[in-house]
Amino acid sequence: MSVYFLNFVLFSIGLYCVLRKRNLIKIIIGLIICEYAVNLFLILVGYKMNGRSPIYAPQQEIVNMVDPLPQVLVLTSIVISLATTALVIAVAIRIYEKYHTFDITKIRRLKG
Amino acid sequence: MRWELNLLCVFIVLPLAGAFLNSLVARRFRKFSTLWSNLIIFILFLLSLVTLKFVNQYSVLVYKVGGWSPPFGITLVLDGLSAFMLLAINLISFTITLFSINYMEKFTAKGKFYTLFLLMVAGMNGVVLTGDIFNLFVFLEIASIASYALVAFGTEKDELEAAFKYIVMSTVASMFVLLGIGLLYSYASTLNMADLSSYLAQTEPALVVKFAAVLFLFGFGLKAAIVPFHAWLPDAHPSAPAPISAALSGLVIKALGVYVIVRMFFNVFGVTSEILGVFSVLGIVSMMVGVLLALGQWDFKRLLAYHSISQVGYIMLGLGLGTPLGILGGLFHLFNHSVFKPLLFLNSGSIEYITGTRKLNEMGGLREKLPVTANTSFIASMSIAGIPPFNGFWSKLIIIIACVEAGRIGYGFWAVLGSILTLASFMKVQKYAFFGKLNEKYTQIKEAPFLMQVSMLFLALICVFGGILILPGVREYFITPAVDVVVRGIAYKDVVIGAIK
Repeated sequence: MSVYFLNFVLFSIGLYCVLRKRNLIKIIIGLIICEYAVNLFLILVGYKMNGRSPIYAPQQEIVNMVDPLPQVLVLTSIVISLATTALVIAVAIRIYEKYHTFDITKIRRLKG
Repeated sequence: MRWELNLLCVFIVLPLAGAFLNSLVARRFRKFSTLWSNLIIFILFLLSLVTLKFVNQYSVLVYKVGGWSPPFGITLVLDGLSAFMLLAINLISFTITLFSINYMEKFTAKGKFYTLFLLMVAGMNGVVLTGDIFNLFVFLEIASIASYALVAFGTEKDELEAAFKYIVMSTVASMFVLLGIGLLYSYASTLNMADLSSYLAQTEPALVVKFAAVLFLFGFGLKAAIVPFHAWLPDAHPSAPAPISAALSGLVIKALGVYVIVRMFFNVFGVTSEILGVFSVLGIVSMMVGVLLALGQWDFKRLLAYHSISQVGYIMLGLGLGTPLGILGGLFHLFNHSVFKPLLFLNSGSIEYITGTRKLNEMGGLREKLPVTANTSFIASMSIAGIPPFNGFWSKLIIIIACVEAGRIGYGFWAVLGSILTLASFMKVQKYAFFGKLNEKYTQIKEAPFLMQVSMLFLALICVFGGILILPGVREYFITPAVDVVVRGIAYKDVVIGAIK
């Protein structure tokens, strides 16, 4: 149970980082931490203590196998977060070229 | 039955393949890439008309991806609600691509624009067709990532700032959705929506399911820009190029937000009176906050973006009433909004294309110079404000009657008040942009190119005759199947499981 709790703490750290930090790069790192925490949660859902890898072979008894599905989900979700991260970093670099700062309190043209 | 099932995956495969080919050849053959993208979207529009006939004939079609039977494999499910959304998405996308043939000329990377647009259409078609929650998440992300890139398309200061804000908020929402999916999987050990729904119906409602429901409401509510989660929309939608603002406001917030909320809450979790109450209250708050913030705007596109928040509020209010009439009103308003809001954004794009400004107080008297833009924008303004012959009137009338019928007079009052404020705000648009004295700067301007006029006139025509869709005899083909799916609620699982066997 404590593993799940620590995982939740990791997610909260990422969320805190997104909400409170003023530097664009730190916000992006917060997003990445959030994504790690969710991926770790999916792995934990399918994990079994002393389980074996889910490979099926003939004449074999299926005992104590870890759930393979969450691992597949995590692979997909890592690819998706790769795309998002690459895009958001590209946008951050472009913002730096235009504004010459990473500080979000100075990047405030849109309001009202 | 075989070829009809294969048709379902065409909705996802064709735009994906088109986007891939486009990215390869766009730089070399610019004309070809434009023609190719328009052709694909036009084919999808025709096919989405065909799906309406399937829904009438079979009521539900289930395609097993790769031949794996559910609950193990992924399914694509076409029912009334999916067909309804498919037609809305592909019809509006078609007019938008037609409009962008000329409009996108002023940007350098027109081929990239079409690639991203096709990806976004593929994502939205996937979201409305899929019958598997993780698959839904994947398509949601395809559409979202394409829309992030499209918001930043201008790569100027405003666009980048808006895109960064949008990406951060939307990614956090996606993480909440994924967490919700993980929790549901750990509880029910299935990802198929019908299977999940039948598991949830057999067991006592557990706390973890409620937690997942709250995470979904947050995640998809942010994608739909319902009020506490709306902060990204007024920045992101106006910053995109006009055709993309039209697609984002008209389609993306509905396909990724409202549709998924309806599908998950009505068909999978099953609604209770508390959930419906939350929907109605969120709807009313969005409706009022959106319209009040819109009143003070002087940037044409920003004003329209605030109205999107307000109109999504109407849809949520109609759905939140939970009565068949309220759901009919909500879904009909969803369709109507996805017609007149793109039209208004295309009008703003046409004005920006010709005069180069978005500020209402720099326009004035454009009516004599731009007759097509002015008249179509007048029709769209009257539609969104709910003036009788146009489509917006009928859907708002149905929502208000449903409020009274359900005994919620207070809700009806807010809906009427919101409609009056919308009218006031669009009177301002008409007065400052199209009536009054012509600004001297603009004595030499000419009306927009022919294809832009055609797409605006086409949408205006739907606005004028949209009311026909709810007449008995016509509504059985389009709206009634969609309303039935929502009204039947968690009987969705029996219908889908029955169609598999």
